[in-house]
Amino acid sequence: MANLKNIRRRINLVTNTQQITQAMKLVAASRFRRAHEDVLAARPYAEKLHQVLSSLALREDEAVHPLLGRQSSERALLLVMTSDRGLCGGFNMNIIKMVERFVEENAAGFAAYDLMIIGRKGKDYFTHHSGHNIVKIYEGVTSKASYGVSSLLGQEVVAGFCDRAYDGAYLFFNAFRSAICQQETVVQLLPIVPRETMVEENVVCFIYEPDRRQVLESILPKYVEVEIYRAFVESLASEHGARMSAMDSASKNATQMIQRLTLQYNRMRQAAITKELSEIISGAESV
Amino acid sequence: MSDKLILELVTPARQVLSEEVDEIIAPGSLGQFGLLPGHAPMLTTLQPGELRYRKGKETYHLAVSWGYVEIENDRVIILAETAEAEDEIDLERARAALGRAQRALTGMSAEEKEYLAMQQALARAMVRIQVAGRHKKF
Repeated sequence: MANLKNIRRRINLVTNTQQITQAMKLVAASRFRRAHEDVLAARPYAEKLHQVLSSLALREDEAVHPLLGRQSSERALLLVMTSDRGLCGGFNMNIIKMVERFVEENAAGFAAYDLMIIGRKGKDYFTHHSGHNIVKIYEGVTSKASYGVSSLLGQEVVAGFCDRAYDGAYLFFNAFRSAICQQETVVQLLPIVPRETMVEENVVCFIYEPDRRQVLESILPKYVEVEIYRAFVESLASEHGARMSAMDSASKNATQMIQRLTLQYNRMRQAAITKELSEIISGAESV
Repeated sequence: MSDKLILELVTPARQVLSEEVDEIIAPGSLGQFGLLPGHAPMLTTLQPGELRYRKGKETYHLAVSWGYVEIENDRVIILAETAEAEDEIDLERARAALGRAQRALTGMSAEEKEYLAMQQALARAMVRIQVAGRHKKF
């Protein structure tokens, strides 16, 4: 009865796995709740900053500030936000595919692309596949979204742009729609494009202190930092959401598999008993 | 026009305040300034410092770092990178940060890149200690 034993072992195995996936689902759910709060808390600041920026920038000429205009089209920096841990469905692969497509189709029209990678999963992929030029890798920063990290990242990106090392910067991340829906998104970080829709009709004459230019100069780099922070927070919430649904379907699959295996096991056991019985009966008859 | 100001204080991590107040004194980058109801529309930047607001007879203090203030129609929106009320400040941490910054600054010349960052850290720590000190008095 080696076969029966095998099936029993498999049932145990799947049960154990299911316990793990169920536990992970619960953990992801509680982390998701916290991450979701962060997403909601980060929104007012980002929106407000955006409004002010748009109203300031739209009344300025492009030439006024270097962060607002593209100088040439040689090299662009792509920030790719992935997770440090796996087991979250297509979360990382969607982003990676999007980056690949972006570079392949050359959607932004740059001659060369450099990659800045956040998260271990992105590193694992890009260091082994494809000949992209990776300038920097950040690991272990995605477990908790902090404004400090995003601020440092933002400063680095802005410095690279100002030194003319890059002529553009794009940010790839999973935007948060709902607990079960993430949308891979690309955002143009630099040069900054003010969204026109944000401007209110009643243009008020503000007093600017120290003056308009200086206010704009201090707000623009902050805008990049805030965009990165927002992406961080959203990516984190998306990750937990993705893991939650991935683990949920894994648990469901395990339940199905256990059912199927149990049925098979019982049938085989029954067949073995019947066979033994008929052997005994035929044996008794022949005596 | 009402005789109150609506104060909204927002940081990247959360909305800290949303209240009706009578008077605000904020640390602008050109110096401290006060805001009263009926102020003209204005937009200005903040430097690390102490933000005060008065509600009736009570005065409240907060430590804020870089940010900016917008006032329009008696709505004051303050976006600050960090904002902590007097009783939220971790005094030990602020003291440690102050010591660190002071030590780092003594060995540095003004041309170095980190000098500015350290000076800002020093300013932030000093503001925190100052604001926390106010809390103790009451």
